[in-house]
Amino acid sequence: MIRSDVLKTLIPIISDELVVCNIGLPSQEMHLLDDQPTNFYMLGTMGLASSIGLGLAMAQSKKVIAIDGDGSVLMNLGSLPTIANNQVPNFILLIIDNGSYGSTGDQPTYAGMKTSLTEVAKACGCDNVVECAAEDTADAMRAALAADQTTIIVSKCESGNIKVPVIEMDPVTIRDRFMGAVAS
Amino acid sequence: MSVNDVIMDALVANNVGYVTTVPCKQLAGVIEKIEASSDMIHVPANREDEGMGLCAGAFMGGKRPAIIMQNTAIGVTINALATLIQFYRMPLPMLISYRGEVGEPVACQVEMAVHTKALLAQLNIPTYHFHKPEDADELSDILSYAYMGRKPVAILMDATFWKGQ
Repeated sequence: MIRSDVLKTLIPIISDELVVCNIGLPSQEMHLLDDQPTNFYMLGTMGLASSIGLGLAMAQSKKVIAIDGDGSVLMNLGSLPTIANNQVPNFILLIIDNGSYGSTGDQPTYAGMKTSLTEVAKACGCDNVVECAAEDTADAMRAALAADQTTIIVSKCESGNIKVPVIEMDPVTIRDRFMGAVAS
Repeated sequence: MSVNDVIMDALVANNVGYVTTVPCKQLAGVIEKIEASSDMIHVPANREDEGMGLCAGAFMGGKRPAIIMQNTAIGVTINALATLIQFYRMPLPMLISYRGEVGEPVACQVEMAVHTKALLAQLNIPTYHFHKPEDADELSDILSYAYMGRKPVAILMDATFWKGQ
């Protein structure tokens, strides 16, 4: 399974939840497959999906899912200790770990080599870290949504991309629509 | 009243509910007060661009955010400022310890100080320079202005200002 296959299995579960989508293909695929006011699409700022998600979860009580990638987590590795030391019951970080920089041409990341993001997250102090195979991601997400505990899911999947259009929605529209969903 | 107290009063008066910080020697007193305050959530960040991501999320969650940082971090935050805070039109007051100005004991700090205002100007970020302790009296209005305009706004606070602690 590649990332878009994993997202397809997740959509029935996360469609009504607040979802912060990482820059590039994760946002574009979510936009194509299940555009929702509850989706916040990052159009720039690689690395900050987990930070935006945590800030949102800390500021209000609805569940927040940040869909991140291994390359983006590596870019903002400092986010994991911040998550570990500010654990809230409503935050789920899903790391789609395909061992590659998918949006830029599938160049390998260190997460696909010697570095285990699962172990890094644990070492940072995150108490509830679940590593799963791509096909088990939906079950892991169901369990995470049922639990009132910060959860980090590391979904190990294959690298590869489907053809998706660029998001042409205005950033202020994305943000305003999302804030409406948060406040509703 | 010490400048730390004036800063705290301005934050509370503006209903600031979420503050991320990366420390600086000059900011130690105000960070201590923010940590102790029950009016706001305080999240120490490991890097300032991470802090801006946290603030963006908190804003969308209904809190008024602010970041407290040192001017040496301007370099690592330019992308976050341009493609997150400005692109999505979010308010972000940046309370910045302005190192490398008159009174600075560490030569290396001067190297980023000479670029600080130029970088902020290049980004079209409204910038205020607090030099005397009484300049802090304007902070409350500057915070209101940042939230009204939904923009990042920089408040540079130099060594002479911090003598008012």
